Amino acid sequence: MKSDIILSGVGGQGILSIAATIGLAAVDNNLFLKQAEVHGMSQRGGDVQSHLRLSDKPVASDLIPYGKADLILSVEPMESLRYLPWLSKSGWLVTNSNPFINITDYPPLDEILSEIKKIKNHIIIDADAIAKECGSVRSGNLVILGAASPFIDMPYESLENAIRKLFGRKGEEIVEINLKALRAGRNYSNDLKI
Amino acid sequence: MNRLLLLGDEAIAQAALDAGLSGMYAYPGTPSTEIMEYIQSSKDAAERKVRRDWSCNEKTAMEAALGMSYAGKRSMVAMKHVGLNVAADGFINSAMTGVNGGLIVVSADDPSMHSSQNEQDSRFYGKFASVPCFEPSNQQEAYDMIFDAFEASEKYKVPILFRITTRLAHSRANVELRDALPERKLSLPPDPLQFVLLPAIARKKYKGLLSSYESLKYDIRLSKYNSFKDGSKRELGIIACGIAYNYLMENISEETNQIPVLKISAYPFPPDLIREITSRCNEVLVLEEGAPIVEEALRGILDNGIKIFGRLDGTVPRDGELNPSIVAKALGLPVTYGEAVPSIVKMRPPSFCKGCGHADMFDSLIEAINSYGPGRVFSDIGCYTLGALPPYSAINSCVDMGASVTMAIGADDAGLFPSVAVIGDSTFTHSGMTGLLDAVVKNSKITVIISDNSTTGMTGGQQSQATGRLVQICEGIGVIMEHIRVMVPLRRNHEENVRIMKEEFDYKGVSVIIAMRECIQTASKRKKSED
Repeated sequence: MKSDIILSGVGGQGILSIAATIGLAAVDNNLFLKQAEVHGMSQRGGDVQSHLRLSDKPVASDLIPYGKADLILSVEPMESLRYLPWLSKSGWLVTNSNPFINITDYPPLDEILSEIKKIKNHIIIDADAIAKECGSVRSGNLVILGAASPFIDMPYESLENAIRKLFGRKGEEIVEINLKALRAGRNYSNDLKI
Repeated sequence: MNRLLLLGDEAIAQAALDAGLSGMYAYPGTPSTEIMEYIQSSKDAAERKVRRDWSCNEKTAMEAALGMSYAGKRSMVAMKHVGLNVAADGFINSAMTGVNGGLIVVSADDPSMHSSQNEQDSRFYGKFASVPCFEPSNQQEAYDMIFDAFEASEKYKVPILFRITTRLAHSRANVELRDALPERKLSLPPDPLQFVLLPAIARKKYKGLLSSYESLKYDIRLSKYNSFKDGSKRELGIIACGIAYNYLMENISEETNQIPVLKISAYPFPPDLIREITSRCNEVLVLEEGAPIVEEALRGILDNGIKIFGRLDGTVPRDGELNPSIVAKALGLPVTYGEAVPSIVKMRPPSFCKGCGHADMFDSLIEAINSYGPGRVFSDIGCYTLGALPPYSAINSCVDMGASVTMAIGADDAGLFPSVAVIGDSTFTHSGMTGLLDAVVKNSKITVIISDNSTTGMTGGQQSQATGRLVQICEGIGVIMEHIRVMVPLRRNHEENVRIMKEEFDYKGVSVIIAMRECIQTASKRKKSED
């Protein structure tokens, strides 16, 4: 088993919390894991990515080779496109549909979405709206993780356990909202019957 | 067995704690910052009262660590690669004095300049100082090496250089921990003159240093990290240094591989190790993260030995970080790319946070400097360097920590008026204060704007030594009180701030403007923790 995942977004959008959730779940499943993060300058509103590699065998490289990623999980639509050279032909692209606009030349959203739709295996999800229905816009990242979860080779329950561990000290209410967000994302992908 | 999921930086920090560390010294710098942060937030370190305060700069950190070593205890100092330039005097001379308690100097290089102004390779400093250098390939090795590094340091009485790069520093993996060792007791160096580098003493010590550098090549604590694995193939052999070994293993299977591979992770190494592989193969590929140091040593000047591939002949790009695809190409393996990045995807450079005080300071500065003409603003290293980018395009230099003040002095000497420096509070106490004293002594006609966000912002909000002390520091250095102006960079103060700046630009002497407003990131973190 191996899952090579690229997480992408804009500095400050919290992709490292998604990485932490998957990482904790991987440890629970006794998987080998390497997770390369971006710290420093780009965290100030620049483009950020994290390479996350899970396997039942030891992982050599901290970085995913080009064309070998099984999944691009993006919390921002334009950022999902920046890492296409890494995505394998059979890989999945799962992205939030809500743009984060902090540059003046941000392209029209419909052009971005039409580029995403050219990728054979893609899921575009309005994570902000679904998160709001679940009780907090701030759980949007977990909606996207839920939507991507069918393409991560781990039992779904281990992601739920990871959320309980990570958010436990913030109280039962936050845990429940986050679990609901994860489930809503999961259901969204499952309902697409892919 | 205790296993933790740790960044490379954190593995180093945890290992140092487990190896009986008594003092950690550092100035924040990507990608090294998390080493100190981990030790600062460690319960174990708090209980044992491990000393772990930020220092003013890498030089003061280096020297404090050497002082802890003098007193017999294990100490570590961490910095980014350019920080080692700042600490170089202390570092190189610590090789001459030698150590008492074990001393490790961590230098985190940033190939491809993700968050830096250059991509120098710290391994050069190891050779330069005749100090052994460890270069771990992964997080577990980084953890294990720290124990050997402390032991080698104490056995040979030398500091140890510990070189990592961004990718290892900021990548997480499982690390198995060892049982913790006790701290060393306070003990003075047996020779009271060990740390006295008077020429007569230094000459003797230098001979000792050179001879221990030779012996270290064969010491098991180093040599176990340099391993040769033969294979049945005789055409190409591969030498892989540090993290390059991972990228190699990504492309060839460790079990089935038949290419002879020499892995190098500790320097110096004996030349026999190289002959081991070059005597078997017709050609050798050298993979190293950073500069072609091993490759150049192999080629020498004559370059008339066996065929060598590497960064110098273009098999591997001459600059920039390695990755598994670059190594695949160097091995002649196919690289399949996914889809190309669509042309509509735009660059997204880092930018000021919404509501950042630096941005308001620049708005006022741009208006105030406008009538004097372009090219007059020297700046420095920190979040405010983003003022170089549009829509601000407000600064004309960013060179090294503190250079804004001193370059303004030189430009003023040349006749550029007004010459303005823009420097952050933490950068000012790192290396700006001495330059300001130069300006005061010669009465330069410069204005120094200290953009004071009361933190070390770019690296994530570490304590700034300047906080609450800037006015007194500037007054103490000798700037006339009426030309130390304090302003709050807020949009509503814009007109007044422009006026103050213009007044000080016109002043024919040294003036300091302290634009003081807390970083909005640290302010919001503080409010959250207070709730």
